[in-house]
Amino acid sequence: MSDVQRRHHLIVRITHWVNAIALTIMVGSGLRIFNAYPAFARKGDTFCCYPFEGHRIPEWLTFGGWLAGARNWHFAMMWLLVVNGLVYLGFVYLHGEWRDLVPRRGIVRDAWQMVRFYLVLRRDHPAQGKHNALQRLTYFAMPYIAVVSVLSGLAIWKPVQLAPLTALLGGFVWARYWHFLAMLALVVLSLGHVFMVFAVDPYSLRAIITGGYDASRSPEARNARPFVNLRKKS
Amino acid sequence: MSRIWLPRRRRHLAEGLGIDRRAFLAASLRAGGGAAAALALAGCDSWTRTRAAQSWVRGAERWNERVERKIFRPGARNVPSARLAATGARFPAYFIGDQLPVWDEAARGVWRLEVNGLCARPQRLTLDELKLLPRTEARLEHFCVEGWSAVAVRTGVRLSDLARHAGVSADARYVDFQSFDDDYHESWDIESAMHSQTLIVYGQDGELLGPEYGAPARVYSPVKLGYKCTKYLTRIVFLAERNGGYWSDQGYEWYGGV
Repeated sequence: MSDVQRRHHLIVRITHWVNAIALTIMVGSGLRIFNAYPAFARKGDTFCCYPFEGHRIPEWLTFGGWLAGARNWHFAMMWLLVVNGLVYLGFVYLHGEWRDLVPRRGIVRDAWQMVRFYLVLRRDHPAQGKHNALQRLTYFAMPYIAVVSVLSGLAIWKPVQLAPLTALLGGFVWARYWHFLAMLALVVLSLGHVFMVFAVDPYSLRAIITGGYDASRSPEARNARPFVNLRKKS
Repeated sequence: MSRIWLPRRRRHLAEGLGIDRRAFLAASLRAGGGAAAALALAGCDSWTRTRAAQSWVRGAERWNERVERKIFRPGARNVPSARLAATGARFPAYFIGDQLPVWDEAARGVWRLEVNGLCARPQRLTLDELKLLPRTEARLEHFCVEGWSAVAVRTGVRLSDLARHAGVSADARYVDFQSFDDDYHESWDIESAMHSQTLIVYGQDGELLGPEYGAPARVYSPVKLGYKCTKYLTRIVFLAERNGGYWSDQGYEWYGGV
């Protein structure tokens, strides 16, 4: 028996896909910009915390072709990313979806139970609402990481005009490093998200495109782990 | 803790063997369209050269220039942390010509810096005359478009002092800095040019500017990216209209502020 509900509002679906495109281009062009000087050390100085100083990012992961092209795309796409992010956050706040995203009491324990379930140390899928505890933590963390990435981005875009911001982040070199780490965190969480969509809940693709979601096929209903019980139980 | 390693707990691992490869494959294929589109977007970027994409990017650059002019503060000072030593000698030598540009006095006569355009008293200053003007020294962090930075002490004359000396007209909204390194030049907005740390530099880290760093004189400002700061200066022209630049004409941002 199917039980189709409308899971994601149109605005959430649109901002999700705009974000996916804008973030992809931001990461690609950012990596191309990074390749112009694939290191963090100030000239004549050393940097403690990056083991790959001087090694370029593989070309196929980059976007924009050359430094000027990548910069132009980066500085154009940043506005779309920020405006889109604000629309999303504003909507989620005003429309109430934030209730499904903010961590609840016991979130760490719940997240641990999800990990145990995925590691087959626990038999049954923990009870959940719209999202499981790991999803909640991820979706809740993303906007915060995005804020770090925007602020550190502004700090390295205008290190003189926005000098107080750059100083707050530890100077130009460190701001550049925070920008890189924030990007890395966003990429890791996004890749994990995409992997889990395909490996655990491919039915959620429908929900993020048309909005419809068959609750009888939710991971909880299927007791689904990565690659396990992908089919609806008959 | 040890409980998790008991066989009783591991029993349902067997359930894990019922992996739905076929269902996974089918779901992946169905969803493959979206993923393929995303990959095409990232991997094949020929669409970025379409006119629509380019005009969007150009539009964003104009918008960014407006933002940059808005947040520009003439009082914003570049003050690198005291921990950072000046490392002028580690700056890369950089020029666009085939060989290191050196002013050949025998062939070209004495080097003079011309200041002209929209000004009442055009100037032709020798290096000695330039040095007689009020000297300013500043320890500044340099920001390259490539993403590196470095600290150096710059010695020279404030462009705003030079402009007053030349009686620059109020109609001058732009300044073009021209060089003898091929046809290298970059034009600026007047506000950045009149910033108190925008200097016509003839000394770096306590020594006269070397030929690899733009001798006899270059423009330097902490409010612009390195490529805007023309080396091997010959002429400073005050203009009513902007005049592009060597890198800005090729696609780098014309404003190039930091």
